[in-house]
Amino acid sequence: MLSLEHLSKTYADGTRALSDINLMVHEAEIVGLIGGSGCGKTTLLRLIAGLDRASAGAIRLDGETIDGPNPAVGIVFQEPRLLPWLSVFDNIAFGLDNVSSAERKARVGHALEKIGLAEHAKRWPRDLSGGQQQRVAIARAFVTNPKVLLLDEPFSALDAFTRASLHEHLLGLWEETRPTVVLVTHDVQEAVTLADRAIVMQPKPGRIFDELGLGLARPRDKAGLPFETSVRRVLTALDQSLNTPQKQPQRERDRQAAALWW
Amino acid sequence: MTGQAESQAWSSHEGAAALAAPVLAEKRRAFDWRVLLGFFLPILIALLWEAAVTFGVAQGRLVPPPSRILATLAALSETGELWTHVWATLWRILAGFAIGAAAGIVLGALSGANETIRRLLDPTLQALRAIPSIAWVPLFILWLGIFEASKVALIAVGVFFPVYLGIAGAILSVDRKLVEVGHVFRLSRTKLARRILLPAVLPEALIALRSGLGLGFMFVVAAEFMGASEGLGYLLVDGQQMGKPDQILAAIIAFALLGKIADSILVYSTKPLVRWQDTVRERL
Repeated sequence: MLSLEHLSKTYADGTRALSDINLMVHEAEIVGLIGGSGCGKTTLLRLIAGLDRASAGAIRLDGETIDGPNPAVGIVFQEPRLLPWLSVFDNIAFGLDNVSSAERKARVGHALEKIGLAEHAKRWPRDLSGGQQQRVAIARAFVTNPKVLLLDEPFSALDAFTRASLHEHLLGLWEETRPTVVLVTHDVQEAVTLADRAIVMQPKPGRIFDELGLGLARPRDKAGLPFETSVRRVLTALDQSLNTPQKQPQRERDRQAAALWW
Repeated sequence: MTGQAESQAWSSHEGAAALAAPVLAEKRRAFDWRVLLGFFLPILIALLWEAAVTFGVAQGRLVPPPSRILATLAALSETGELWTHVWATLWRILAGFAIGAAAGIVLGALSGANETIRRLLDPTLQALRAIPSIAWVPLFILWLGIFEASKVALIAVGVFFPVYLGIAGAILSVDRKLVEVGHVFRLSRTKLARRILLPAVLPEALIALRSGLGLGFMFVVAAEFMGASEGLGYLLVDGQQMGKPDQILAAIIAFALLGKIADSILVYSTKPLVRWQDTVRERL
């Protein structure tokens, strides 16, 4: 279980990126972090990945505190970030340094098979399309069998068709080892397609506004009513999260007005 | 209209080729005959000058025609004199390049990788770089004598600075995003250097080495001007003092050929290291 306890991050220039985040993610659960830009989604993911340090609070994975890059935590970035001097095969095998070469071959071969790029193993990343590169990046994160996989808007730069097929590739890989997944996205459809639970975040400072259990069975029927309803629920929550900052002062004023009246 | 049709034919042709033979990482390219286009202009000028002298339009005493330069080159190589000079020059460049490049790589890497070292080292080296390298000549002669050591030292100084600057700059400009990939997979500092930094700086480092080698060829002339009894630079000085412009031009041609060959060897021997680069070079 991944737990975030009172997590805060303040940057050196005083920007409060995150304030008091509390979140529990169960084993094999897929959680979608959703919110407008600048609400600290990526910052939160970088903290869990150990790429940045939290200003306060703690991150625990099965009781063990995470304060740096951890073998049990994998991440897929917004961009593929493949190493251009390694072939597709070697890129996927990048994290498999201390594994026997036979095992490495088997694992990478299997991952290539799963993402449908088996015949591209020997190519350079530059010869692949954006969607193919991102598939390689996802495979690179999966082959090390992390307990927690962090996805930082990995599909945001892709067109709708590519995105839909990548969702399937991702779920296909996820089915095998069922890691805990934290998915950052600004796409409500995507969150509802993939996640078991949607966490709506709010900016300035970044904090959790609401949690919605989606409770949809897999595979999900995107045309079905339950799916539509879930999308609408998340959208409503998102709307509220963006509107509250204006609403709250108003309510405050109303109360003051009421007090004056009485 | 025809132009458009042609370009369409082109693209569909290329598309078909791409479908038929996927560009694998190991793919080799066929020889491109357009390379020969580069020889056209120099040969044309040489022929025109030759004709001008043959038909008496020009005297050709101070600017000898190509035939006379070639004859001089042939004579020099027959007596073996040319090869003595070529080897002397090449040896100096190689020695100077090896020393200068090694120092440039080591100090450039240190200064690129560590901020404290950079703050300590870089200002001094930049100040030294501002000195015209020829200004070192008298000092080097005093310190190292008039024989090989002072010449090699001058060449090494010339090679050092572009290599140092190139390596340090290349390390400083490595993409943070790729370094983060290394962090995520918990690479140790040495592994990070070997698996990410080294390949990432390689293309720029090779360019730095190339410009270093080019400067080595410049400085070898300066070095051989300061009193040598052999070397292509000596041939130049000798040609001037003896009034033999054909010998000077023969030496210049030898320099051009040597420089080009050395550069090509460097480029082609390191090409496998940077095959992965996503550049337009192959299409331009």
